[in-house]
Amino acid sequence: MSTDAPTQTDPDTGEDLHDVRLHVNGIVHQVRIPGRRLLSDALRHDLGLTGTHVGCEHGVCGACTVLLEGQPVRACLMFAVSAAGQELTTVEGLAAPDGRLGPVQQAFKECHGLQCGFCTPGFLTTITAGLRDNPDPTEDEAREMIGGNLCRCTGYQNIVSAVCRAAEIARLEPSEPLEGEQP
Amino acid sequence: MTTKLFGQAVQRVEDDRLLRGQGQYTDDLMPGALHAAVLRSPHAHARILAIDVDAVLDVEGVVAVYTHEDLVGAMAEPLPLLIPHPTLTHGRTQYALARDEINYVGEAIAMVVAVDRYVAEDAVDRIRVDYDVLPPVVGIENARDGDLLVHDDVPGNRAARMEQQVGDAEAAIAAAPHRLSLDLQVERSACMPMEGRATLARWDTDSRRMQVWTSTQTSTGVRAAVASKLGLDLGQVDVITPDVGGGFGVKIVHPWPEELLVPMAARALGRPVKFIEDRREHFISSAHERGQLQHVDVGFDDDGRLLGLSVQFWHDNGAYTPYGLIVPIITSTQLLGPYKPDNYKVVFDSLYTNTVIVTPYRGAGRPQGVYAMERTMDAIAAYLGKDRTEVRAANFIQPDEFPYDHGLLFQDGRPLIYDSGDYPASLEKLKALVDWDDFERIRDEARAEGRKVGIGIACYVEGTGVGPYEGGHVHVETSGKVKVSTGLTSQGQGHQTAFAQIVADELGVPFEDVEVVTGDTRRSPYSVGTFASRAAVMSGSAIALAARKTREKVLRIAADALETTPEDLEIVNGVVQVKGAPGSRIELGTIAVLSNPLRYAFDEASKAATQFVVGDPSKPPVAEDDEPGLEGKDFYSPPRSTFANGMHAVVVETDPETAEITILRYAVVHDCGNLINPLIVEGQVHGGVAQGVGGALYERMAYNEHGQLENASFMDFLMPYVSEVPKRIEIDHLETPSPLNPLGLKGAGEAGVIPSAAVFASAIEDAEGFPITSMPISPSELFALRLHHEQKLQEGPHA
Ligand code: FES
Ligand code: FES
Repeated sequence: MSTDAPTQTDPDTGEDLHDVRLHVNGIVHQVRIPGRRLLSDALRHDLGLTGTHVGCEHGVCGACTVLLEGQPVRACLMFAVSAAGQELTTVEGLAAPDGRLGPVQQAFKECHGLQCGFCTPGFLTTITAGLRDNPDPTEDEAREMIGGNLCRCTGYQNIVSAVCRAAEIARLEPSEPLEGEQP
Repeated sequence: MTTKLFGQAVQRVEDDRLLRGQGQYTDDLMPGALHAAVLRSPHAHARILAIDVDAVLDVEGVVAVYTHEDLVGAMAEPLPLLIPHPTLTHGRTQYALARDEINYVGEAIAMVVAVDRYVAEDAVDRIRVDYDVLPPVVGIENARDGDLLVHDDVPGNRAARMEQQVGDAEAAIAAAPHRLSLDLQVERSACMPMEGRATLARWDTDSRRMQVWTSTQTSTGVRAAVASKLGLDLGQVDVITPDVGGGFGVKIVHPWPEELLVPMAARALGRPVKFIEDRREHFISSAHERGQLQHVDVGFDDDGRLLGLSVQFWHDNGAYTPYGLIVPIITSTQLLGPYKPDNYKVVFDSLYTNTVIVTPYRGAGRPQGVYAMERTMDAIAAYLGKDRTEVRAANFIQPDEFPYDHGLLFQDGRPLIYDSGDYPASLEKLKALVDWDDFERIRDEARAEGRKVGIGIACYVEGTGVGPYEGGHVHVETSGKVKVSTGLTSQGQGHQTAFAQIVADELGVPFEDVEVVTGDTRRSPYSVGTFASRAAVMSGSAIALAARKTREKVLRIAADALETTPEDLEIVNGVVQVKGAPGSRIELGTIAVLSNPLRYAFDEASKAATQFVVGDPSKPPVAEDDEPGLEGKDFYSPPRSTFANGMHAVVVETDPETAEITILRYAVVHDCGNLINPLIVEGQVHGGVAQGVGGALYERMAYNEHGQLENASFMDFLMPYVSEVPKRIEIDHLETPSPLNPLGLKGAGEAGVIPSAAVFASAIEDAEGFPITSMPISPSELFALRLHHEQKLQEGPHA
């Protein structure tokens, strides 16, 4: 872990601050944050990557899911300092390098897989990792893939369709490997 | 020819942004703002003796702390009672910060503003409050007993008693050949949008304006509340609704205490302040709904036709009544569904308890009403040994009976008159969709294998699109782009897409050129809000009317420029052309230039306009009956609500050992008039059904006798994941257009959730063979019921 010992005190709050390097979507960010800052808050408030949402802050809803070394983790259950030096992917990192929507994003759009969009980033990251492990899921496997994420709007019907559609799109146009993915 | 977009499954324009993580929800805005955290009551009922905030100021990073003592003027008064009613004789509302008494766990007592939420929460922990703890009133029975009171000056805990009747129900029941009585119960649930409440405010010291971003279902409502409570002119306050992460009713309540406290602090401190509710706060301080006890007396003939229906129910309104009696009034009127009991009497008591307030949650009292009526229909069918669909069909209002006047007053104070529908056709569709007539065989076969399966049915009618009004504003820019605004807000319903479809059709412009803004008081200062499945009906209609006005002006100017008459023109793909002579044409953007006599040649469109001459040189440049610019504005105000309807069927299997309840099939027939976008409508139905499954089988607010909510987290409150919802929701639509509005629309937002408690009770009853009278139902409750009925059987008929 590349977290240093506290280097400074926050002049406003008197809290000890840590210098941390966060690798997000291929970019390295240097931040100075208190030890108790959640990864979700560091992403949202310190880095301005507000695509990662917070729906419960107790690890149940999955809205805050990001990929840590390619694996889905709940950013609300983790301190930012403990993600130091590891490769993170957030929803902002899911589009293709040329700016087009990534396969999962595209599938959500086609299948009407989102309504209010608040849960969506957590689904997109979860499914991205899920399809990497299982590129051709059955409907039941698609359900299992999203089994830990809550959505209050869609009733999940179109999200399940979107998982299958995303797999189809990805097969048609294989894309770049994910950051942090083990080849 | 431009293809008609109305009725097409157009992909949503909202999605690209949201999918890239570029949504802008309240907490995504203004990163440098100060954060507020609220001290909430740990007791359900107590008097506040003293509040000591001294220790708070020792916490580094704290900027301010407020208690009721710090509130001045109107802010120190109770929050508004939004919807008074003559029968609400004992309406009560809370203070923005509690003054001397608290009435539910979670009621706001103090607010700390600090550099971030962490510090603000640290500081909240340091506030010391001395309480005189009082015994709480929890549960409808206790409230009804009235031994203990929530509010000392409200005898019997009764906020209201309301009674309506048509005919003479009691006499009709007494004279009926058959009679039944039912006692029923529905528990509380809640909206639970994935984004909780959120408010951000900035006081602009330079222009002396208050700007508020809030996760609301009514921007104009919040604006009026902020202005009046903070003593500002309405013209000084802007309320902007950014992306909203779901609403389902809870965000129509306004102002929430924080929606006033945050702007108040922002002005006092001269710095932006935000409040972002966390999940626990949402459970204990944002509204719930559904809890009712019901008693039904019914008299009917040999065919199961209702002769008299008398319903009494007790509605738990929680600790306060800011939203008046809307929920129980809807229960009492929409209970009738597609049926016509000629003699109907309904009485309800709206009762206080020391729990979170109760205000509309998707369905808003209808699920309970439908539950009472449909349980009754099933009971009649069981009593007469008839098919449940037959009894329903015998009671339907027939297609030639519309408009059908029930002789009651609806929630909007207007007569309850159904505009249109075809209930027999809907029932036929549902029976076909779910193979109703074949089910007896399936059930028997399953039984032979030792399995228990059952089918349920429930019908509803939903008053949608209530007034008083919504507005639309359409502005064609000189680029030819069309900017549309309507005042009501969006929480994921795809309004921007649906409304753009309407405008593209009405105006003859490409869909991509239309941009719709909702819920921004700077653009639409007059508006009501998003509730009661009213957005498509109200704003859709208003926008269509505004687009038609714009079109009229486009054609008038174009006719002048092209030296022809408006009747000879058509608009295709954003270009006005003479019918049959497409060479004679003029772009919409050019007409926008021509509509404004002040013509600096900023751009190509302005240059293009120089070739045309418009206007009568003998008149002023802006004629008396005209105004500059290419804009159309209109309001739509319906005479009364329009009534959507639907019927659901569900097939369940109940495990003979564990009583686990599994959904095998779920079928929906739905009539919301003309569909603007079937993709969006189906999405609404899906979401509603999932919430309905939650409400029927999993979700409840587990208050203990002390008024503590014991399941105030997603860990303990069981909201459906994908594993709990039906694998497939089979949907069929019937489209009987509403005659009340220009597009023949009826609302669709709430439909999916309305019949759930009723339809699951019906199916489980069918599988088990004993009455289901209390919902939601868990496997352990079902298991207990089985034991109870087995015991009764063993004890013999006289037990
Ligand atoms: S916010 Fe992290 S799981 Fe809900
Ligand atoms: S789209 Fe709103 S919570 Fe999933």
